[in-house]
Amino acid sequence: MTASPSRVSETEEPAIEFDHASFHINGRPLLQDLVLSVKQGETLVLLGRSGSGKTTTLKLINRLLLPTSGEVRVNRKRTSEWDAIRLRRSIGYVIQDGGLFPHFTVERNIAIVPRIEKWPQPQIDARVRELLVTVGLSEDLLSRYPSQLSGGQRQRVGVARALAADPPILILDEAFGALDPITRSEMQKEFRELQQRMKKTVIFVTHDLREGLLLADRIALMEEGKLVVDLPAHEFARSGDPLVRAYVEAFSALPDPNQSEREVSR
Amino acid sequence: MNFLQFMMTNRQQVLDLTLEHITLAGVATLLASLVGIPLGILITRVPQLSKPVLGGANIIQTIPSLALFGFLLPAPWIGARGGRLAILALALYGLLPLIRNTYAGIQGVDPAIVEAGRAMGLTDRQLLLQVELPLASGVIVAGVRIAAVLSIGLATIAAAIGAGGLGEFIFRGLAMVNNQVILAGAIPAALLALLVDFLLGRLERRLGTLRLKT
Repeated sequence: MTASPSRVSETEEPAIEFDHASFHINGRPLLQDLVLSVKQGETLVLLGRSGSGKTTTLKLINRLLLPTSGEVRVNRKRTSEWDAIRLRRSIGYVIQDGGLFPHFTVERNIAIVPRIEKWPQPQIDARVRELLVTVGLSEDLLSRYPSQLSGGQRQRVGVARALAADPPILILDEAFGALDPITRSEMQKEFRELQQRMKKTVIFVTHDLREGLLLADRIALMEEGKLVVDLPAHEFARSGDPLVRAYVEAFSALPDPNQSEREVSR
Repeated sequence: MNFLQFMMTNRQQVLDLTLEHITLAGVATLLASLVGIPLGILITRVPQLSKPVLGGANIIQTIPSLALFGFLLPAPWIGARGGRLAILALALYGLLPLIRNTYAGIQGVDPAIVEAGRAMGLTDRQLLLQVELPLASGVIVAGVRIAAVLSIGLATIAAAIGAGGLGEFIFRGLAMVNNQVILAGAIPAALLALLVDFLLGRLERRLGTLRLKT
């Protein structure tokens, strides 16, 4: 029952567990009775429309929100028992367009967590340079400000910043959503390679099925605050669930390059 | 005797009163900043306080300045010295723009950036000092600028309670029905206000571009 065979180092130890977790705001349920667990080293894609509860789910992991009922555990410890600051520093967070600090240079943006963790300066410098290579950016960019970068560069800096203190868990919220299709596809491929090397526990939120299929070991589909299905990526497209079918059809209606080739040759 | 001749013959006094004026307005703006900026920060942290604090500062602002100087005059611990009293009154007037701009500046920081900071594990203090205040600094300086220009203008009235400053010339000129004397107070005060406005405006723009930095 384990996911794709490429991820051999995966253990059965859960990194993140949602145990009947719900989140209500002013009586309105944003997330209802979520039961889900993510194993260490696994990449889980949370798929769903806007307003389906994906972002709420992410925020429960790093304690930007606490569940109104049920519990969320990270490394078998309830998030409510974690020191919020410690918990967040052990989870890398990437958002759309990078969420970079506009008044910090690329260098300071990447170095923020090591700096507040009081790493010695030479170690910070070395780490920043190492990360630039990891995300495929040139050192010339270090002294630039986010507004002087392209969207793709900003997103790479965002990934580098999230990885800076080598957190075991990485959460990404529509991380590649603001990119043009070509850059987006590049970033997806690079991220997948990166993930195969780093073996971090990754939760990736997207509404793009194709992106989900490319990156995921497992896909959890959400709708209106509820988990609809939770399947290994390779079984997802074959699921008989009506909502999954709706997704698959919506995406196969798009001119997929392989498919259109076939149509032409026919 | 025309205006320029009056300025030349009384240049020592013009200079003294101008310095006194700068001291009045400067100390008042400093006091207003020392109280107003922390209060502005406080109400971003304790939102329940934002209404009473902003409301209170608003009410102070609506008191006619001459009346406020008059009200404060009988206060025994400050009434003895007109200068100190005037500084207090001017500082009270400067509070509103400072509180309001500090509050608006911090509230105006892109929530996605603040949340990214929080998600990375910045403490509230780190978030304030490293993210929110730097990004709000342009708006806060705009508040200082408003308070400073307001103080320079209002400080002319402080002469009515014996606090000195360029208002001395204005009140003397009014009493003497002499326009030259009035202008000897009014023109330097106006120039001073323009100069401070210009200088703080430059600082504000420099800090404003800090958030976008092209």
